[in-house]
Amino acid sequence: MTAIISVENLSISYRVPGGNLRALRDVSLSVARGEVLGIMGESGCGKSTLAAAMINLLPTGARISAGAVRLAGTDMLRLSPEDQRRLRGRSVAMVFQDPMTAFNPVLTIGRQLADFAGAHDPARAAPAALAAMLGRVGIPDPQRCLDRYPHELSGGMRQRVAIAAALLMQPDVLIADEPTTALDVTMEAQIIHLLRDLRSSFDGAIVIVTHHLGVIAELCDRVAVMYAGQVVEEGPVDSLFHDPRHPYTRALLACDPAVVDPASGRLPAIGGRIPDLTALPEGCAFAPRCGMAQPACASPVPRHHPGPGRSVLCHGAGP
Amino acid sequence: MLAYAIRRLGLSVLILIVVMTAMYGMVFLVPGDPASLALGPRATPELKEALRERMGLDQPILTQILYFFGNVLQGDLGVDVWSRRPVLDQILEVFPNTLILGIVALGWALIMGVLLGCAAVVWRDSWADRLLGVLSVSMISVPSFVVALYALIVFAVWLNWLPAIGAGEKGDIGSQIRALILPAFAVGIGWVGYLARLIRASLLEVMEAPHIRTARAFGMTERDIIFGHALRVAIVPTISVLAIGFGSILSSAVFVESVFSRPGIGTLITGAVEKRNYPVVMGCVLFMTAFYLFIVTAADLLIARLDPRVRDVLRG
Repeated sequence: MTAIISVENLSISYRVPGGNLRALRDVSLSVARGEVLGIMGESGCGKSTLAAAMINLLPTGARISAGAVRLAGTDMLRLSPEDQRRLRGRSVAMVFQDPMTAFNPVLTIGRQLADFAGAHDPARAAPAALAAMLGRVGIPDPQRCLDRYPHELSGGMRQRVAIAAALLMQPDVLIADEPTTALDVTMEAQIIHLLRDLRSSFDGAIVIVTHHLGVIAELCDRVAVMYAGQVVEEGPVDSLFHDPRHPYTRALLACDPAVVDPASGRLPAIGGRIPDLTALPEGCAFAPRCGMAQPACASPVPRHHPGPGRSVLCHGAGP
Repeated sequence: MLAYAIRRLGLSVLILIVVMTAMYGMVFLVPGDPASLALGPRATPELKEALRERMGLDQPILTQILYFFGNVLQGDLGVDVWSRRPVLDQILEVFPNTLILGIVALGWALIMGVLLGCAAVVWRDSWADRLLGVLSVSMISVPSFVVALYALIVFAVWLNWLPAIGAGEKGDIGSQIRALILPAFAVGIGWVGYLARLIRASLLEVMEAPHIRTARAFGMTERDIIFGHALRVAIVPTISVLAIGFGSILSSAVFVESVFSRPGIGTLITGAVEKRNYPVVMGCVLFMTAFYLFIVTAADLLIARLDPRVRDVLRG
C-alpha cells in the first residue's frame, strides 16, 4: 500500500522560557488510502502537535527542526504559504477537539460552511450541497441547521457539523484531533458510530488522535503509541492490543477502565510523571517510570520490529 | 428583546431625572441672579422682585424643580432670557448642524480606523504596524481644537481651498459640504487613531481564537478570515465604545464649532454660558443628555442584533 500522507523523521520544538521544549522527536508515520490510523498517548506526549503538523498549522513559537510531511509525495512543509492554503481543507481536512469553540460565534453554520467550501470550489458552497452533507452526518432538518448559529446547537450536533465541514471537499486525508474528548459519553458513542459509518463511504485516509482506547479499538486499523514526543510502539490494532511489547503500552492498556475488574475497586495508574521535555535524557524517556528498567536503558534506544507491521522503541523488546 | 428595550428606556428616564435635578441644583448654587442679569445694572429692587416672582424664583426650590419637570414633560424647555424665544426651537434649529458634524466625523473615523486597524493586523509586528502605532497615538494625543486651528490656518487661510467659518449657505449642499470638511476632519482625527488601536487589539485577540484556526485549517485566505470572520467578532465591543465616542464627539464639537464659528449646539451653549442664559444652558445640556442616552441604548440594541449570543440571552 502506498502512503497518501507520511510524516518523515519529524522533530518539532517550542521555544519556552528556560530552553527548548522538544514536542516531537524523530517521528515517522504513514497512512494509506482507506486506512485508519489511531494516535494515542497521555496528555502532553505530542499527539496534538503531530496532528497540527500534518496540516502545518502549528502554534506560534513552534519550530520544525527536521523532517517532512509528505502529501502524495510533496513535502507540505516546504510549500509556499499560498500552496499550503490550497491543500488545507481540500486535500487534508481537520476536525478539532472542542466543538464549542471551533466555530465562529457570530456567523451562521451555513455561512461558515459556505466560506470553507468556497475557499476552494464555489460550486460546492451551494446551500443544497451543504444541506446534503449535513444530512449525511445525521443532522435532522439540515436546511434549518444552515440558518442556525453555533451556540444554538448541542455539542454533539456541532461535532457532526465539524465532520460534515471536513468532508465537504472530499479530502484525501481526514485528521480528527480528539474528536470525542469534549463530549459526554452518549454523544461520544454517537460520534464514534458516525465515524464508523462514514469509514465505509470515505475513500481517503483517516488519522484519529485520542487518549480513549475504545475509540482506537472501534475505529482504527493501526495504532501508534506516543510517549514524550516519540512513537514508542506501532502496529495493527489487534496485534498490538493483544501483544503489547513496550512497557508503556502495557501500562496504558492496563489503565483502561474497560478492562479493569470492577470488583477490585481500584483504577490503576502509571506511577510518576511524563519527563521534562526541555531536558530529556539520552536514553529511554520512559525508564524512570518503567518497572523493567535496566542500566542499558540510559543509552540510545534501538527500534525493533517484533512482527509484521510492528515496531517498538525499547531495549527490552529486542530479540 | 422588547422587555429589554423597555427596561433600557426606564433606566434612561431615571438617568434624565437625576441629571435634571443635579443640573437644577447646580444652577441654583451658582452665584448671580437671573433677574438682575436680565434687567441690567440699573434695575430697581422692586422691578427685580417683580421679575423674580414672574419667573417663579421666589418659590421654594422643590416647587421650582417640580414645575421645571412639568414643563419639560410638555416639551417646554423654557424661554431664552434675552430673546424670549423658546429654547427648544433654538436647539432644534442648530442641532442638525452638530448632528451632521458628529456623524460625518465619526463616520470617516470609523472607516479609517477599521482600515488602519486591519492593516496593522495584516502586517503585524512589521515596521508598517509600528509606524501605524506611532501615527495612531499621535492622532489620539493632539486635542481636536488644536487640529482645528492648524487645519484652519493651512487649508482655509494659506491655501484658501475651504471656507474658514460658518456652516455653508442654506439650501446650497455644495457649500455646506465644503464647510463641513475641516470641522469633521478636526473632530474625527483623534478617533481615527483611537479606533485603529482598538480594532487592532480586538482583532489580534480574535485572531488567536480556535474558530480562526478552524477557518485556517479549511484553507480560507488570510484576507477572507480577517474581513469575513474576525472583524465581525472584533467589531462588537467597538460599538459600545463608538456610542460613548459619539457623546464625547458632541462635546469636542463645542470647541471645534467655536473655532470655525459654525452654528451648532456647541456655539449655542458657549454663547449661553457667557451671557448667563440659564434656560438655554439647561435646555442644551438636557437635550444632549437625552440624545446621548438614546445613542447608547441604540448601540446596545445594535450589539444585540450583531451578536446572536447576546440576542438569545435577551430573548430568554
